[in-house]
Amino acid sequence: MLTLERLEIVQDDFRLTADWTLPMGARAAVIGPSGAGKSTLLMAVAGFLAPTSGRILWQGQDITAIPPGKRPLSILFQDQNLFPHLTIAQNVGLGLRPDLRLASDDWRQVEGALERVGLGGMGGRKPAQLSGGQQGRAALARVLLRARPLLLLDEPFAALGPALKAEMLGLLAELAAATGATVLMVTHDPGDARRFADLTVLVADGVASPPVETAALFADPPPALRDYLGREA
Amino acid sequence: MESSIPTIPSQLEDMMKLFPLAAALTCLASMAQAETPVLTVMTYDSFASEWGPGPAIKKGFEATCGCEVRFVTAGDGAALLSRVKMEGAASDGDVVVGLDTNLTAAATASGLFAPHGLPAAKSLPVTYDDPLFVPFDWGWFAFVYDKTKLATPPKSLQELADSQVKVIIEDPRSSTPGLGLVMWVKQAYGDKAADLWKGLADNIVTVTPGWSEAYGMFLEGEADMVLSYTTSPAYHLIAEKDDTKAAAPFAEGHYLQVEVAGKLAATDQPALADQFLAYLVSDAGQAVIPETNWMYPANTPAVGLPAGFETLISPEKSLMFSSDEAGGLRDAAVAEWQAALAR
Amino acid sequence: MASGARPLIAGAVALLIVALSLGSATVTALSATSWQMTAADWAAVRFTVVQSGLSAIASTLLAVPLARAMVRRRFWGRGLFLRLLAAPFLLPTIVAVLALLAIFGRSGPVNAGLQVLGLPALSIFGLHGVVLAHVFLNLPLACRMLVHGWQAIPAERFRLAESLGMGPGPQFRHLEWPMIRAVAPGAAVLVFLLCLTSFAVALTLGGGPAASTVELAIYQALRFDFDPGRAGLLAAVQFTLCAGVTLVAMRLTRDEGFGAGLGRAHPVPAPGGWRLAVDALVLGLGALFLLSPLAALLWRGVPGLAGLPSGVWVAAGRSLVVAVVSAVLASAAGLALVQARVTGARWAELAGMLPLAASGLVIGTGLFLVLRPFGAVERLALPVTVLVNATLSLPFLVRLLLPEARQVEADYGRLAGSLGLVGMARLRLLVLPRLARPLGFGTGLSAALSMGDLGVIALFAGERSVTLPLMVQRLAGAYRMEAAGAAALVLVALSFALFWGFDRMGARHADA
Repeated sequence: MLTLERLEIVQDDFRLTADWTLPMGARAAVIGPSGAGKSTLLMAVAGFLAPTSGRILWQGQDITAIPPGKRPLSILFQDQNLFPHLTIAQNVGLGLRPDLRLASDDWRQVEGALERVGLGGMGGRKPAQLSGGQQGRAALARVLLRARPLLLLDEPFAALGPALKAEMLGLLAELAAATGATVLMVTHDPGDARRFADLTVLVADGVASPPVETAALFADPPPALRDYLGREA
Repeated sequence: MESSIPTIPSQLEDMMKLFPLAAALTCLASMAQAETPVLTVMTYDSFASEWGPGPAIKKGFEATCGCEVRFVTAGDGAALLSRVKMEGAASDGDVVVGLDTNLTAAATASGLFAPHGLPAAKSLPVTYDDPLFVPFDWGWFAFVYDKTKLATPPKSLQELADSQVKVIIEDPRSSTPGLGLVMWVKQAYGDKAADLWKGLADNIVTVTPGWSEAYGMFLEGEADMVLSYTTSPAYHLIAEKDDTKAAAPFAEGHYLQVEVAGKLAATDQPALADQFLAYLVSDAGQAVIPETNWMYPANTPAVGLPAGFETLISPEKSLMFSSDEAGGLRDAAVAEWQAALAR
Repeated sequence: MASGARPLIAGAVALLIVALSLGSATVTALSATSWQMTAADWAAVRFTVVQSGLSAIASTLLAVPLARAMVRRRFWGRGLFLRLLAAPFLLPTIVAVLALLAIFGRSGPVNAGLQVLGLPALSIFGLHGVVLAHVFLNLPLACRMLVHGWQAIPAERFRLAESLGMGPGPQFRHLEWPMIRAVAPGAAVLVFLLCLTSFAVALTLGGGPAASTVELAIYQALRFDFDPGRAGLLAAVQFTLCAGVTLVAMRLTRDEGFGAGLGRAHPVPAPGGWRLAVDALVLGLGALFLLSPLAALLWRGVPGLAGLPSGVWVAAGRSLVVAVVSAVLASAAGLALVQARVTGARWAELAGMLPLAASGLVIGTGLFLVLRPFGAVERLALPVTVLVNATLSLPFLVRLLLPEARQVEADYGRLAGSLGLVGMARLRLLVLPRLARPLGFGTGLSAALSMGDLGVIALFAGERSVTLPLMVQRLAGAYRMEAAGAAALVLVALSFALFWGFDRMGARHADA
């Protein structure tokens, strides 16, 4: 259970507040107009941004002061999810041990994860030798090995085509279901939210609203969401 | 899947191996301490180098003294005096070899030297008797040229100034010959020194920080003449069998450089120090000088000078300020030189 | 985000540098007797600034077309050419001066050519000679910095530009010019600072006492007058000058973010036509200017190689050890400072630049005065040389590493943070591999500079600590010009081999 307790982030004249709880195993989309602070919210949860006030709790435990790598979460960024100088296997292996001192058992686990995302036998390649979709899969394989209970996604598949994106979201859903991970995903595509997320957090006007059922939200959008969606709704 | 990582740890390991190396070097240096008494001789670099007088004198003296001679060096005479002053009374040094008469006033003033008690040098063209410093070699400053390239060299400083001949000189602020030339002009021309310098300005190709740059550039053909010593042609003649170099005799006379040695007052080996100085000016020590330092010995040894030295010019008139005069004149003379040459 | 150990190491490094650069000047100045600057001193300050400024501007301006041609043209022997071009920077100054004289001197081929054409002879002596020599020595450095800048522009940007139909002109304006704006001032300042402390070149080629630099005045104060106080005062003047220039440069230098590319090898677009002809001309002239003096050096040095006294080889071995140890120390320290800077510590960058403003001579004298009470200094000669050489080359490492370390932090800092990649693992898996290229280059540079350094060892040297540059000096000081030439050649060859070795090591590890 992720709890944002009277969270407040202030940067210059930007301000964002959040005060809500996301249940275990939930899959939540974060949507809202660009510049509203979707990514900022995610960065605060991930630990890259210290909140001005308030606390972040996981399962009732305060994680506000814990460094990013030690938080019970994995994160996928828009890009730069792989180190270009390391092989795919090494990139994935980082999910097991950040110092990459892996035993042969561990390397087998890496290979297993790669097979799971459809990259079997490609562990020796460098990221540049992979397509965009394959790079996304490699990053997901690492998420799988890290096996953290919370997964943060910052529009990781925004650059992929619709079919590929749907495929990746499918894979993601499958992995999340298999590991029971709680997912918080920033997206600008209402379709993603509808397809993938049972809950949606609307970020607008300096407030990250508590998660509500995606279907209900889109059925009766509040004014801020209506503005964002425009005529589409 | 191999677990080897193409990063730089191997490089890091190499680094690690090198640190003990540095430590070992330090240890090695301190292990040089021996049981036998050590006489520390402070001198300038080229005196102690393989081809300088240092090794032969060390060997000859060690054969008689039952001690070990250790050289500590500085770049040149001036640097040597700086070092002596910097170390002060705490110095490990026992003897200092290689100051010249332009430095002895300052060296005397430092109060760091003790009387040597040796008789005056026999073979100097001038009388020199200083209770603290004993001469071990000397030479005349002169402009050296290549006989095959310059048929009629100027016969005086004045003629040089009036000619189109190109010369390279050394900076008096950083080199002994450079200072020697300034003193030379000062003694020969007195109040008119500045005028002579103005006349020389268009002859001077450049001014180098040290003798070796000037001489090297002369050998490369950058100038017709270079400020050096009357003994310089002897090196080319004896060591290289090349007789094309000569020093031009100048009518005003030639300024003299006398190199001296002295005993440090704070020495912990006063007896050895005295013995060393005596050896340095003895026949055995003096015989080493001509073909290693390429200067005249202060006391011509019984065997005479090496063949080839008789071909050198022997100026009739030697110029030299006393230590006190030199000390008093130096700053003003250098300033005069600087003002005349700064365009 | 950073672990506790790194800032601690960086802090220790910074303290050491401050102690060495400022402390030594203070110790030296403490024995002050007079606090007066003479008219000659001010003239020296003026000449120093003028020649450094001209040298910096000329080196940087010439480096732009040369670096650009080197980056975008592919030709046979390009790799070798690129590395050889770095050689002049690694030359001990006096060797460089003799090499230049062999080409531009009175009996060199340039004047021979002019004579054939019936043109008046060109004299290398004077302000223009000083600038020529400084350009010869520093153009390679400016050039390499710009080449790195070009290589740091992601291939994606060029592809984007080409896809937008940008020709070479607009590409230059939008991609290359911003990079030049960001890199060139830094390069110019580095060259300026290097020329500021120049001593032998300015004096030898300056043509007379009008060409006195502040460093010469410091030398004179220390060696001839034994007036450490005056040296300290002059060092303070020099320091102020350097610090002022550095601060101005920091303001001028824009930190351009280029974002991350995927590191694919993709050459910069190479337009044909007249641009190809211009590039070829630039490369040809650059090679002629930078390599012909080296060839002369080789020509003159080889005959003496066989007759080298044995001491030369011993000294060479000693110099190699000193160079490698100090280079490795300097890189480790540089990396620590840069990583601290990247994670927010501004002081780390300032500390890293500080030694540029310090005079090696003053550091040496300060150390001498401080260490003297602890026993015979000649026993400490080599360790002290290692320490001082490492310190003096630190600014180069910091300047080389900082932009790329910033880029790595910007591109991968969050990813590394999210994966818990900290401490040694981060160094090993992220920082070292991503910085391999500039680190190899910088370590090589540092080793070569240390190899050729004469400054400190000359103050401390005993019998067992004679290094190769000192040996060259001694040989030349004893009429043995041929042996000195050969020893200089050995010195240059070793410096270059060290540089080459480290640079290659870096480049190989960067082939990701």
